[in-house]
Amino acid sequence: MADVPGAQPTTFLLGRLNWDAIPKDPIIWVTFAAVVLGGIVVLGALTKYRLWGYLWKEWFTSVDHKKIGIMYIALALVMFVRGFADALMMRLQQVWAFNGSEGYLNSHHYDQVFTAHGVIMIFFVAMPFITGLMNYLVPLQIGARDVSFPFLNNFSFWMTVGGAVITMASLFIGEFAQTGWLAFPPLSGLQSSPYVGVDYYIWGLQVAGVGTTLSGINLLVTILKMRAPGMTMMRLPIFTWTSLCANVLIVASFPVLTMTLILLTLDRYLGTAFFTNEAGGNSMMYVNLIWIWGHPEVYILILPLFGVFSEVTSTFSGKRLFGYSSMVYATVCITILSYVVWLHHFFTMGSGASVNAFFGITTMIISIPTGAKLFNWLFTMYKGRIRYELPMMWTLAFMLTFTVGGMTGVLLAVPPADFVLHNSLFLVAHFHNVIIGGVLFGLFAAINFWWPKAFGFRLNVFWGKVSFWFWVVGFWMAFMPLYVLGLMGVTRRLRVFEDPSYQIWFGVAAFGAVLIAVGIAAMFVQFGVSIWKRNDPAMRDETGDPWDGRTLEWATSSPPPDYNFAFTPVSHGLDTWWDMKREGAARPVGKYHAIHMPKNTGTGVVLSAIATVFGMAMIWYIWWLAVLSFAGLVVVAIWHTFNYNRDFYIPVTEIEAKEAARTKQLQAAAGV
Amino acid sequence: MGAHHDTHDHGHSAGSHDHGSHASYIKGFILSVILTALPFGLVMAGGFENRLLTVALIVGFAVVQILIHMVYFLHMTAKHEEGWTLMSTLFTLIVVVIMLAGSIWVMYHMNTNMMPKMNHEALQGFGS
Repeated sequence: MADVPGAQPTTFLLGRLNWDAIPKDPIIWVTFAAVVLGGIVVLGALTKYRLWGYLWKEWFTSVDHKKIGIMYIALALVMFVRGFADALMMRLQQVWAFNGSEGYLNSHHYDQVFTAHGVIMIFFVAMPFITGLMNYLVPLQIGARDVSFPFLNNFSFWMTVGGAVITMASLFIGEFAQTGWLAFPPLSGLQSSPYVGVDYYIWGLQVAGVGTTLSGINLLVTILKMRAPGMTMMRLPIFTWTSLCANVLIVASFPVLTMTLILLTLDRYLGTAFFTNEAGGNSMMYVNLIWIWGHPEVYILILPLFGVFSEVTSTFSGKRLFGYSSMVYATVCITILSYVVWLHHFFTMGSGASVNAFFGITTMIISIPTGAKLFNWLFTMYKGRIRYELPMMWTLAFMLTFTVGGMTGVLLAVPPADFVLHNSLFLVAHFHNVIIGGVLFGLFAAINFWWPKAFGFRLNVFWGKVSFWFWVVGFWMAFMPLYVLGLMGVTRRLRVFEDPSYQIWFGVAAFGAVLIAVGIAAMFVQFGVSIWKRNDPAMRDETGDPWDGRTLEWATSSPPPDYNFAFTPVSHGLDTWWDMKREGAARPVGKYHAIHMPKNTGTGVVLSAIATVFGMAMIWYIWWLAVLSFAGLVVVAIWHTFNYNRDFYIPVTEIEAKEAARTKQLQAAAGV
Repeated sequence: MGAHHDTHDHGHSAGSHDHGSHASYIKGFILSVILTALPFGLVMAGGFENRLLTVALIVGFAVVQILIHMVYFLHMTAKHEEGWTLMSTLFTLIVVVIMLAGSIWVMYHMNTNMMPKMNHEALQGFGS
């Protein structure tokens, strides 16, 4: 919307919301029509099959960590489709806009697309994905019944949804930021971005950020306080260890993001001068602050997946993880070191040789613990009986891909080299190499590994392999050309190109993106086929331990009962469940006790809905609604503290019935 | 799965919630009063000849009092909560010091190098 004036007309009732807020772009209209039609079909189906009550009672208001974990991952998958659609649009534009062609996206639209792609993929795909995974697995792995603060968990999830709703709304009402995913000022200041784009960015992240920080605190406390008896810190499953470190990073770094965005908000809303070029402000301070959050964030994303790869490697090699304690110390080292490398994101800003040298060296040092982990996985596989199931395939693909990404990272850590490669497509290729090769491949390994635990049946192998090969080949096709282009000097975020010699490389990259699209489609087909054939005896997981697992989550049934474990397990060493199997420990049955559990509540949904309204009111300058919704937030939060009806006991009869059914199921499985 | 007990339903077991004794609160309170009264008295008596020394002493008393509060009121010692409160305090301090000192260092160098008045002749080397 290039014709938006600096000062928009505002009304009391609707702020700056008016008919001009509807984008004048046929691409968006078509998308809007598709979303509306799809939405009507989904909502209609939910109503027709009377699923609203079920969804509300069993899922939306649930405080069960397993259901919240699954909802997080469902959110991440939905947002992943949106983020990937943005990626395809960019690939198409960049292969199209040669030889004088402008492509099919105008600059206003294209700039929003690359910003939205980055924001969505990091904040609304990767973050909910790993939060969901940690939510589902951590309590099971430490033998707990739920997280420490079950209501807070539900609230955190819905705040993340609120942030996602705000971000998605920008597609059809107003615009999204055109600043790149970190919204550096002065570009994100009021002068250069006068309309609602950056405000959507700020409030979407702030609402979701509340959820992320709270869930970080929640999981941190859960791991420290709710471990099964005997499970000392050095007996924690490695995934739980990496989750612990990731949550320490969340708790210590997300407040920095929140504060930085608040300062930007003050600049934009109240005319302060923290990051302006006038009145003593310094926009470089924003870059400094946001990367103090941004670099730990990178490790928040990857650490839990390092845990996943460790669990998968040792399970499918049939061996104890090589160098458990070195893995723990490497993780802790990375946690601390991730706070002393942030400047490598802006070597070129001009801090000089001594500062650049320090941060260049710390960056190279942080690759040492990461390298140690890779050797640990290799030694775990060494002389193991490796089963090439889907999770193990993804792990191998990760090892190859991530190593290349790591090496280009060390290259970028050399300040003089960074002066050449900074802001180029080489950088874009590097971070996609580590995020796709590390985080995404890890998440796919995790989905294939733990799906049977969550739903009681395995995923289809054929479609899983189709997805795997299209993804891996597609990834290399899509991103290796970007390394080449980066070395040729092409900077990131360009919309049109003069030099025709680039086109062939963009063509290859676009083809790679199409292969990835097939891989994603195959993954959804895999889910569909697996759900369709879920009652096929070959695919059922009756034992609860389909992969011959090692940690406690495999000790209970698939899917686990609400209470996870009828009796609290006791740990006598690392790989608790493996030990129990080896020693032939019998499943405890007998005199059950009623189990104390938290009650479902809709307050989380209500609070986050009000917070979303508050965010939208702030974005559109509808001040009366902002005041009203903020007051509403406070009132509902206080009102919830007077709700004393929060817990109940699962009666012994119900536990007896469930455990008896489980005994029968196990006997039947053993008889086969 | 073994032992038929169920201690961590509520997330905490006996003994882990030590909120300090009556005597330790009194001790902390008296120390705080002394550490507040001393700098007040110092200033009201006119302070030392050397102003810097006075300021340094006041800051010193403040820092000691912060530590007193952390130990006696916030229980940040190795004994409480299996040492996690102390550990988290140390981690917080490390991170805060890194962030503050790092930012000041980075921004100071940037300011020196990038301001219009900088002396390009005196600078040497790539990226200076």
